[in-house]
Amino acid sequence: MKSFTYERVDTPAAATAAFARTPGARFIAGGTNLLDLMKLEIETPPHLIDVSHIALDKIEATPEGGLRIGAMVRNTDLASDARVRRDYGLLTRALVAGASGQLRNKATTAGNLLQRTRCPYFYDTNQPCNKRKPGSGCAAIGGFNRLHAVVGASEACIATHPSDMAVAMRALDATVETVDAGGKARAIPIADFYRAPAKTPHLETVLAPGELITAVTLPRPVGGTHIYHKVRDRASYAFALISVGVIVQRDGTGRVALGGVGYKPWRVEGAEAALPRGARPVVDGLLAGAKTTHENAYKLPLVERTLAGVLAQAKG
Amino acid sequence: MQTPEEYELSRRGVLVGGAASVATVALVPAVAAGAATAPAATPTTKVSFKVNGADRELDLDTRVSLLDALREHLHLTGTKKGCDHGQCGACTVIVDGRRINSCLTLAVMHDGENITTIEGLGTPDRMHAMQDAFVEHDGYQCGYCTPGQICSAVAVLDEIRAGVPSHVTADLTAAPTVTAAELRERMSGNICRCGAYSNIIDAITGVAGAKA
Ligand SMILES: Cc1cc2nc3c(=O)[nH]c(=O)nc-3n(C[C@H](O)[C@H](O)[C@H](O)COP(=O)(O)OP(=O)(O)OC[C@H]3O[C@@H](n4cnc5c(N)ncnc54)[C@H](O)[C@@H]3O)c2cc1C
Ligand code: SF4
Ligand code: FES
Ligand code: FES
Repeated sequence: MKSFTYERVDTPAAATAAFARTPGARFIAGGTNLLDLMKLEIETPPHLIDVSHIALDKIEATPEGGLRIGAMVRNTDLASDARVRRDYGLLTRALVAGASGQLRNKATTAGNLLQRTRCPYFYDTNQPCNKRKPGSGCAAIGGFNRLHAVVGASEACIATHPSDMAVAMRALDATVETVDAGGKARAIPIADFYRAPAKTPHLETVLAPGELITAVTLPRPVGGTHIYHKVRDRASYAFALISVGVIVQRDGTGRVALGGVGYKPWRVEGAEAALPRGARPVVDGLLAGAKTTHENAYKLPLVERTLAGVLAQAKG
Repeated sequence: MQTPEEYELSRRGVLVGGAASVATVALVPAVAAGAATAPAATPTTKVSFKVNGADRELDLDTRVSLLDALREHLHLTGTKKGCDHGQCGACTVIVDGRRINSCLTLAVMHDGENITTIEGLGTPDRMHAMQDAFVEHDGYQCGYCTPGQICSAVAVLDEIRAGVPSHVTADLTAAPTVTAAELRERMSGNICRCGAYSNIIDAITGVAGAKA
C-alpha cells in the first residue's frame, strides 16, 4: 500500500473543505472496498478523509411520506430498520443477499453505491484494463468473462456493477443527495447516477471529484410483493451472476430491476407494462440489444427463468 | 466472493498485496531509526482505543490495519490473518459490540472505540461459553479460523436477539429465530478450510439453547 495522510472530519462541510485542500484525496467510509483496492495499489490516494464519523447515520421520514437514509447508515442498520422491512422489503432483501454479516456491519449506503467492479482483470495489476489504466485495453473481452455485462457495455469495458443494494434502490426510484466541493447541494435520480462505460470506463458515476453523498431518499412506499432473487455460485457470501428484484402488485403490474447484467442496476420502465403477460415479453424489452460473449450467453435465459420463477412466487 | 477462475487470476495480485503489507511493517523501524536513505517520513497518526478492557495508545503508520495493530503492535496474535481482503473472516473481532473484518479497516479509524478479540472473550482458565462449546463440540480441526469463528458466533447470537434479519429469514416483519439455517447463513463470512462447519453450528446452537 502507498503511504497516505489521514484526517477525520465531523461535518459534510469539513469533508468537502478537506478535499479542496488536498487534491487527489479520497473519502473513506466503511473502507471495505477502498482499502481492499488500496492494498493492491489499484487505488493510491495520497490523503484519506474519514467521513465515517459524520452524523449522517440516521434514517428519517420525509414530508413526502418516504425515507431519507443518511449516507453513513450501515448496511446492517438499513436492512434492520422496521420501516424498511415493512415498506421497502426489496431493499432489506437485497442488502442481506450481499457480502457477509461482518462486511455489512461496516459497509455504508454511500460506499455500497460507489463500490467498484469485481472484474478479475481490474483486480489483477498485471493485466490490461481500461477502467484501472485508461487506454491499456480490456483483458476481459476475449478472456474470462462469464461474470460480465450483457447490456450497456462498450468496446472499452464490459464490467458489471456488483452492488445488490443498488438494484433495490433502482426499483424503488431512489434519489442520491450530494453536496459538492463548493457547498452546493443536488439530488440525482439513481437512474442517472451511473455513467455508461463508452470510451471512458474509469468514470463510473456523474459525481464530480470531491462531491460527497449525504443521503439517499426513497419516495412513498408503493406496496406490492417484494422479492429479490440472487443467483450465485454458492448459496451465500458470493457476488451475483445475475439478480432479479421485483415489486409486483395484485393486478400483476409492477417493476423489475436486474443486477449482474450491466454497468448499473438495469431497469427499463417501458418493458414493465408486459409484466402481467409473464417473463418472456418483459425480458424481450428489458434486455433488448443484449450482446453476449463466448462465456456469458447463459445470462439471458437465466434472467428469463429467474424472473418467471419470481413472478410465480409473487402470485403465491 | 470469487469464482475459481477469478481466484486463479487474482491470486498473484493478492500475493503481491500480501508482500507489500509485510514490507510496510519492515519499513517502520527503518524510518524510526532515521535511516539516511529513507524517503520522506512515513505519515503516522496517534490512536487510542480500549482493547479487551485495557486502554492502549499507539502511534501508527496510517496504513496499519486494525488486524496488524492487534497482532504486530499489541502482540494479540489470537486474531488471525487469512486473506487480508475480507474474504475469509479469520480476522473477525468485535468493535463497539459489532463483528467486523479487522483486515479491511484502518487502526487509526477506531480512535476511542472498544475492541474485543478472542483473548478478551475468555481465558484458558475462564472460557467464554462459546469457547467452551467449540471445545465440547469439536468445532475445529487446525484451529486457524477458530478465533474468527468464535467472535463471529458471539456477535451472531446478539444480532438475532437484536432482530437483524438475514437472507434466510422468511418473514421480515417477525423477529428472527435461532435455527440451523439462520446460523449457517449468518456464519457464511467465516470460511473453514478444514470443514468443521457442522460442529461449529452444533456449538453455537448449544450456546443459544443454554441461554434461551
Ligand atoms: C469479500 C467481499 C464480498 C462482498 N460481497 C458483496 C456482495 O455480494 N454484494 C454487494 O453488493 N457487495 C458486496 N461486497 C462489497 C461491499 O458491499 C462494499 O465493499 C461496501 O458496500 C462498500 O461500502 P464502504 O462504506 O465500506 O465503502 P468504502 O470502501 O469506504 O468506499 C467505497 C468508495 O466510496 C467512496 N465514498 C464513500 N463514502 C462516500 C460519500 N459519502 N460520498 C462520496 N464518496 C464516498 C470512497 O471514496 C470509495 O471510493 C463485498 C465485499 C467484499 C470484501
Ligand atoms: S471489463 Fe472493464 S474492468 Fe474488466 S478488464 Fe475490461 S476494462 Fe477492465
Ligand atoms: S483476513 Fe480478514 S477476512 Fe480474511
Ligand atoms: S479449523 Fe482449520 S480452518 Fe477451520
